[in-house]
Amino acid sequence: MLRPGLYVHVPFCRTKCPYCDFYSECAPERIPAYLGAIEREAHLRREAHPAYDTLYLGGGTPSSLSPDELATLVMGLRSALTLEPGAEITLEANPADLGQPLLDALAALGVNRISVGVQSFDERELRFLRRRHSVSQARAALRRVRHQGFASLGVDLIHGLPLQDWEPWRQNLEAALDFEPEHISCYGLTLDEHTPLGQAAKAGEFELPSEAVQAELYLRTSELLTRRGYEHYEVSNFALGPAHRSRHNQKYWHGEPYLGLGPAAHSFEGHSRSWNHRTLDAYLAALDAGRLPMQGFETLDAGQLRLEELALGLRTVEGVSLQVAAQNPGAPALLTRLEAEGRVQLLPDRVLPTPRGFLVADAIARMLA
Amino acid sequence: MKQIRNFSIVAHIDHGKSTLADRFIQRAGLIEQREFRDQMLDNLDIERERGITIKSNTVTMQYTAKDGVDYELNLIDTPGHVDFTYEVSRALAACEGVVLLVDAGQGVEAQTLAHLYAALEHDLAIVPVINKIDLPGMDLDRIREQIDSELGLDSDDVVLCSGKTGQGVDELLEAIVTRIPGPTGAEDEPLSCLVFDAHYDPFRGTVVAFRVKNGRLKPGDVIRFMANKSTYKVEEVGRFKIRRVPCKELVAGEVGYLIAGIKTVSDVAIGDTVTLEARPCAALLPGFKEVKPVVFSSVYPISSDDYPGLVDALAKYKLNDASLIYQKDSSVALGQGFRCGFLGLLHLEIVQERLEREFDQSIIMTMPSVQYRYTLQDGKQVVVDNPAYYPDPGLIEKSEEPYIRTSIMIPERYMGAVMTLCLERRGENSTFTYPAPGRIEIKFDMPLAEVIFDFYDRLKSVTQGYGSFDYELIGYRESSLCKVDILVNGEPVDALSCMVHRDRSRQRALQICERLEEEIPRQQFKIAIQGAIGGQIIARTTVSAFRKDVTAKCYGGDITRKRKLLEKQKKGKARMKMVGQVEIPQSAFVAVLKTDGD
Repeated sequence: MLRPGLYVHVPFCRTKCPYCDFYSECAPERIPAYLGAIEREAHLRREAHPAYDTLYLGGGTPSSLSPDELATLVMGLRSALTLEPGAEITLEANPADLGQPLLDALAALGVNRISVGVQSFDERELRFLRRRHSVSQARAALRRVRHQGFASLGVDLIHGLPLQDWEPWRQNLEAALDFEPEHISCYGLTLDEHTPLGQAAKAGEFELPSEAVQAELYLRTSELLTRRGYEHYEVSNFALGPAHRSRHNQKYWHGEPYLGLGPAAHSFEGHSRSWNHRTLDAYLAALDAGRLPMQGFETLDAGQLRLEELALGLRTVEGVSLQVAAQNPGAPALLTRLEAEGRVQLLPDRVLPTPRGFLVADAIARMLA
Repeated sequence: MKQIRNFSIVAHIDHGKSTLADRFIQRAGLIEQREFRDQMLDNLDIERERGITIKSNTVTMQYTAKDGVDYELNLIDTPGHVDFTYEVSRALAACEGVVLLVDAGQGVEAQTLAHLYAALEHDLAIVPVINKIDLPGMDLDRIREQIDSELGLDSDDVVLCSGKTGQGVDELLEAIVTRIPGPTGAEDEPLSCLVFDAHYDPFRGTVVAFRVKNGRLKPGDVIRFMANKSTYKVEEVGRFKIRRVPCKELVAGEVGYLIAGIKTVSDVAIGDTVTLEARPCAALLPGFKEVKPVVFSSVYPISSDDYPGLVDALAKYKLNDASLIYQKDSSVALGQGFRCGFLGLLHLEIVQERLEREFDQSIIMTMPSVQYRYTLQDGKQVVVDNPAYYPDPGLIEKSEEPYIRTSIMIPERYMGAVMTLCLERRGENSTFTYPAPGRIEIKFDMPLAEVIFDFYDRLKSVTQGYGSFDYELIGYRESSLCKVDILVNGEPVDALSCMVHRDRSRQRALQICERLEEEIPRQQFKIAIQGAIGGQIIARTTVSAFRKDVTAKCYGGDITRKRKLLEKQKKGKARMKMVGQVEIPQSAFVAVLKTDGD
């Protein structure tokens, strides 16, 4: 049987990235209080599941914690919750943080998957994204991770920057491929209007490439990485074979249960979802008072479950079952058409999106919903 | 005989008619302060929001004049739009005078003039009033000058007042009782009452508002509607004092209501004459006209599941609006619906808004049409208001469309712009008169079809609001007509078809195609939108396919946010109609009704 996943949100960053809309704070002095709170939350939720087969330390920037702090965090979790032997343990990292002491600590803590937020191998692009690391720091970090012998190295890149076309982006991809990462995530730059970069774009300070260019970058990325042996297994994710897919993230897409700890973390139990207080203040206050830091809760009805199954399933190479996809009268004709257009592949019992289908996955989900 | 004054307040839109009426009502102590709300006589939400009066209301007030005499004042409110000209004329026919409001800031405007003419036509006494004198920086001398020269009234007679502060309201009431004559008419003559309004009460049936011209009417009387040829036994008569207040009888000169077990307002014709079955009057009061719809459009529920709800809503709506007519209709694209007839485009918009707001219906309305007349080769004549019934073009011998005689009154400086607009709309036979210095009245013969879309809006915009417009139907004229079909990815959308003049077909088709292009969201395939006459494509636009529609990042476990977004989009989709593979939003059907504003 599949085990649930465990997510821990580490809401600290040394600097805030202007495009990111995940919750984080630049307040390292609050890390100790946070670490204590996480351990308390883990204990409060110890009955949630007997064991977990993934642990994902996400953020924020988990690597901004010191080796000692990370050790406290992981030991605290292990004191309350059971990680199965062979569990996938992922840490999201900023290249600037990946010095040898931290890597040694991570290896000792059993972390076996490092997801490095490189974003770009071009200094100008890094400056545009206001990343705090340099290209040389990124290369050095990737070399060290490789050298340390972690089971899986993931590289995160962002495409679709202003004025970017295929050639500069291809060079980014090639630079990443030099390190033979087991996993590559390529995210199209998305501007949320609540972020500083989104505001700047709204004010007309820059423009993203046209949709046509974005689509071209996307499809050619898929072709190139597929040629190099990667499997395009989710809208933005590529793995060097099924074994190197993100076991944890797949739980989100496949509707499997997970427990989320920390501010703004979400948990899912098959039919219901809950989420923690978004801010560190509210989160700490709840735990100080001995309460679960849960802010909201919802139970999904059949329609909502199906909508999520469609929306998430169509993001993955496994797609959705035909039974779920073809519930509406117009669906069969629509699916036939989508297949003719190369957006999906129809199996006797499943609908599998192609890369061209990934590109419009939300639209397909809406049409079938 | 009791002292009675029957009058209306008339004004250009926004000159403060409803606010002044509010002051009268407060002054007369008809309601307690705590019950008071603005625009007391405008009952409908949409009236308050748009600041216009759609349904007229009447109120009876007591007033003791300075000389100690008690008066009964009947304020008969009037609707303020060209679609309702007939209703206005019936309300004025129930009065002996009008209070003509002029805004102290804006001065005499187009409708001020139009109302003045209407009042003169009915031989009414006119009390000119400059309203809003509390406004800072107004130029009273200029307004007085306008009243002298443009209205041809004596500015020495003007009453100054402010509906907002109440200043001058007493002087105005005094002017009403001294300058407007009391009603004439004899209580012992056979009964004749002028019906000027009717509304529906869910508990009592139709409440008929009328003015007694001669005779007396009391509960128990058996009455006869002379034009409708129907008889009822009166259950109750009374006066409108915000609430209905029953009384023993109403006599010549008075204004009030009757309740007589009349099931729907459609059983009552505005302008009809009520008399006694036992002792009828000699003839109908003058001016009666049967109101006939001139604009036709079909109403469909957005979701076909909502059809029973629409059936119910229309039936209920109809109880209170006799001028709406409807019958069943159906469309390949939109399913089951109703073909409706309206007095004009504003009437159509009002019905649409009220169905949506008060009856919670999500509806689509099709392109409005007039009634065209086709003579076929076998000599048969057919009248068609629905493009679905457009005859086989090969069989048509002769096509005709309804024409109107428009009367447009404007300050002289807008003449060029208005001429251009009318000629664009196939206006012909123009004549001009100069009713006052600097004012011009232009008359044109125009096809009604050219007026029903947005003519009034365009006129307003080219004359900066100074153009007033009125029209009368003058009959059918031969015309070269054709039916334009709209195809979306090759599939005809029957609800978007329209009958138009051949010379206008290409322009109209392109306009519709462009509107659809703007409104139909991009989908993952290219969408061709075409306008065609028969098999010939005369206009074409394309909605390009979207290339990308996916969230880059979808994890961290916050699936709820993602789903809520999809749910929201899906809700938007519920307001879409599938035509073939293409989703057409309701807004597209609405947008094609609007022509360009530039």
